[in-house]
Amino acid sequence: MKLITAVVKPHRLDEVKTALQDLGVNGMTVTEASGYGRQHGHTEVYRGAEYRVDLVPKIRIEVLVEDADAEPVLEAMVRAARTGKIGDGKVWAMPVETAVRVRTGERGPEAL
Amino acid sequence: MTPATLASAGLDTGDTAWLLASTALVLLMTPGLALFYGGMVRTKSVLNMLMMSFVSIALVTVVWLVAGYSLAFGDDTFAGLIGGLDHVGMVGIGPDDLTGSVPTLLFTTFQLTFAILTAALVSGAIADRMKFAAWLVFVPVWTLLVYVPVAHWVWGPGGWIRDSLGALDFAGGLVVEITCGASGLALALVIGPRIGFGKDAMRPHNLPMVMLGAGLLWFGWLGFNGGSALGANGLAAASILNTLVAGCTGLLGWLFVEQRRDGHPTTFGAASGVVAGLVAITPACGTVGVLGAGVVGLVAGVICSYAVAWKFRFGYDDSLDVVGVHFVGGVVGTLLIGLFATATMTGGPEGLLQGGGVDQLVRQAVAVIAVAAYTFLVTYGIGRVIDRLMGVRASEEEELTGLDQTVHAESAYDHGGPGLAAAQTPGR
Repeated sequence: MKLITAVVKPHRLDEVKTALQDLGVNGMTVTEASGYGRQHGHTEVYRGAEYRVDLVPKIRIEVLVEDADAEPVLEAMVRAARTGKIGDGKVWAMPVETAVRVRTGERGPEAL
Repeated sequence: MTPATLASAGLDTGDTAWLLASTALVLLMTPGLALFYGGMVRTKSVLNMLMMSFVSIALVTVVWLVAGYSLAFGDDTFAGLIGGLDHVGMVGIGPDDLTGSVPTLLFTTFQLTFAILTAALVSGAIADRMKFAAWLVFVPVWTLLVYVPVAHWVWGPGGWIRDSLGALDFAGGLVVEITCGASGLALALVIGPRIGFGKDAMRPHNLPMVMLGAGLLWFGWLGFNGGSALGANGLAAASILNTLVAGCTGLLGWLFVEQRRDGHPTTFGAASGVVAGLVAITPACGTVGVLGAGVVGLVAGVICSYAVAWKFRFGYDDSLDVVGVHFVGGVVGTLLIGLFATATMTGGPEGLLQGGGVDQLVRQAVAVIAVAAYTFLVTYGIGRVIDRLMGVRASEEEELTGLDQTVHAESAYDHGGPGLAAAQTPGR
């Protein structure tokens, strides 16, 4: 199993969700996040005083999938989240040792 | 205009109706100011900011009715410096007594709303860090020792600035704007800068709230200036038009500077520009023509947008720019009377650009210096004494945590979070 994590622009959530649904992915976890990459946020001006805002709002999407589905899911998320502008985010995959469905106790791929 | 300039010719219901409405408009300015200031501070102290304005309504009302009105607008007792104690507790004034063509009880209520707003304005200089108990002591003492005498000098019967000096202040450039600005500076120096001032970003937490507050202030300001005519007449109409115009040109002036200097016209700049224009036209709205009012607002918008940076340059933490907007705007408006005052409005003195010479400008400058110096010194003294007696500044921990939680046991916004549900214990 793999855990696919995407940190992307908040307004791309609907596109990512739709892309994953089209691939038959059953569930996802979404959290609000903030951070910065190479662009290092932006500058805001209040009464002439400049404030550097490094941490910009993002959303973090996490999806557990079987190994074989990892690559298509990752690619779909990247495609759906891309705007071509700076700050589009990152998507990465990590191996997962096990997963358990809390309601039934099923383990491994059965739990997804 | 002041009561002594009006011949008492019996009650005028039109004048009374207009002043009743104006009084309500001016009272609304203080809750408007609370929102204006509340939006400018960080989330952790917005309630404290709102509270300082709201308690000012309660405190100043009590002080004003007990002694403030009598000392400000009672008959002069000493060289144009202070009124008498004949009307302490409003004794001797009934519903049938008149000031000009309106009931004296209405006139004093109208004036009370000015005193309330001025005290509340000072709170902008010490946002986030003043002990609430110290504020509760400061407001009544400051009202009696600073606001009341200055109101007597400028508007009271026999007041020296009005009668001896001949300086003009239609609706409160000296009495409201310069007193709150100089007091804000003095109190900011007594209390010291916020922890992290000049280093940490202290962004306004809610700009829509700032805009709402500015809108309410603008709305109320029509009564503030228009009501100062003390009658439903052409002077009130001219004052309202001037007030509207100066707010607009103040906004445009501030945005122009922002666009050139920072590259962005901001909402905060628009709200600030409106207030700067309104501040500056306050003393002048009943003495200048419409074009003069436009220039007054524009000049204030431009100058104040630069003046708010002074606190960073000189190192005093006037948190919400009471000095940069109210003091500087008040000085600009009060001095420009000396240039733009027209006899068609004043019925007498004219400014330099109207052919009246420099006399009026000099009078205005002397009034500015006198009021600013007196206000600064007395407020500084009050602040020092309160600091000695009870401490004027919240503890470091209270300031870092935020006064909303530590003083008022509340928080402005429910952000949810895992800790909150478990902490709810009904009945406790």
